[in-house]
Amino acid sequence: MSDNPTLVISVNGEPRSVAGGSSISEMLATLGLDPRKVAVERNLEIVPRATLADVAVVDGDAFEIVHFVGGG
Amino acid sequence: MNVVPGIATDTWTVAGRTFTSRLIVGTGKYKSLEENAAAVAASGAEIVTVAVRRVNISDPGQPMLTDYIDPKKVTYLPNTAGCFTADDAIRTLRLAREAGGWNLVKLEVLGEAKTLYPDMRETLKATEVLVKEGFEPMVYCVDDPIAAKQLEEAGAVAIMPLGAPIGSGLGIQNRVTIRLIVEGAGVPVLVDAGVGTASDAAQAMELGCDGVLMNTAIAEAKDPLLMARAMKAAVESGRLAYLAGRMQKRRYADPSSPLAGLI
Repeated sequence: MSDNPTLVISVNGEPRSVAGGSSISEMLATLGLDPRKVAVERNLEIVPRATLADVAVVDGDAFEIVHFVGGG
Repeated sequence: MNVVPGIATDTWTVAGRTFTSRLIVGTGKYKSLEENAAAVAASGAEIVTVAVRRVNISDPGQPMLTDYIDPKKVTYLPNTAGCFTADDAIRTLRLAREAGGWNLVKLEVLGEAKTLYPDMRETLKATEVLVKEGFEPMVYCVDDPIAAKQLEEAGAVAIMPLGAPIGSGLGIQNRVTIRLIVEGAGVPVLVDAGVGTASDAAQAMELGCDGVLMNTAIAEAKDPLLMARAMKAAVESGRLAYLAGRMQKRRYADPSSPLAGLI
């Protein structure tokens, strides 16, 4: 048994799993996203970009990851 | 020397930022990001509106708007399009600030999907909260001079009444009320929505607006790049005509050639 069981989370409404002990930065890397181009909300709270590497993902977290798209 | 006032020396300022172009363009509805970027360049716009949406996590490698329109060269104005409550709009702009790192935003809180008319009760509520949080909201609103004043008192940095429903291209349907808002405002006034073709943009500027915001009129033109150029020229023409001060209207003819010396 691993000390860091897989965490089940929700990203933009879809279920995802990440390795236990992951930071949000590591989660973004797993998803293939550049943290400089997105904003992250965790359980309805903004996660400041400067702290993405410091915040650990917790089992059951709900993330919204957004970026800018064309709009009027 | 008699210097003709050039459009290059005519600037406007919103929330302490000074711009030369009075045309703000949207970045929606284009066929491609390439066409979008080319239209922005042709329009001469220094500010573009952008929406905040979920990243497609199934295909994270998709091209991004920021790869085509450089936020370091063009000011991104994040909007709250699609938000029908103050809470949704505030949440969206908090995310936008984190994604971009600036406070200048476009607030729009819509009342219903059919007309996309602003919900002014929610708009005013959102304005108050955003200003408390340090945002500088440019606010899409109804063409009501009293509501415009209330937004300004709440801290809106620009008042942006609609000239006609969003995406309708019907032209400026409310010249009297737009003019009243312009006369009463202490912050920039921009017509946001309703422009369909170049003369509409010129008309908004002739009313004394500080600028015009449009998206569909350019994006849905048969040739968006040509229309972007047309809108640039129209906004400049309308502005110059406003500064020049138009002639008085007369009910009957008044000949331009002298009556004296007729053979």
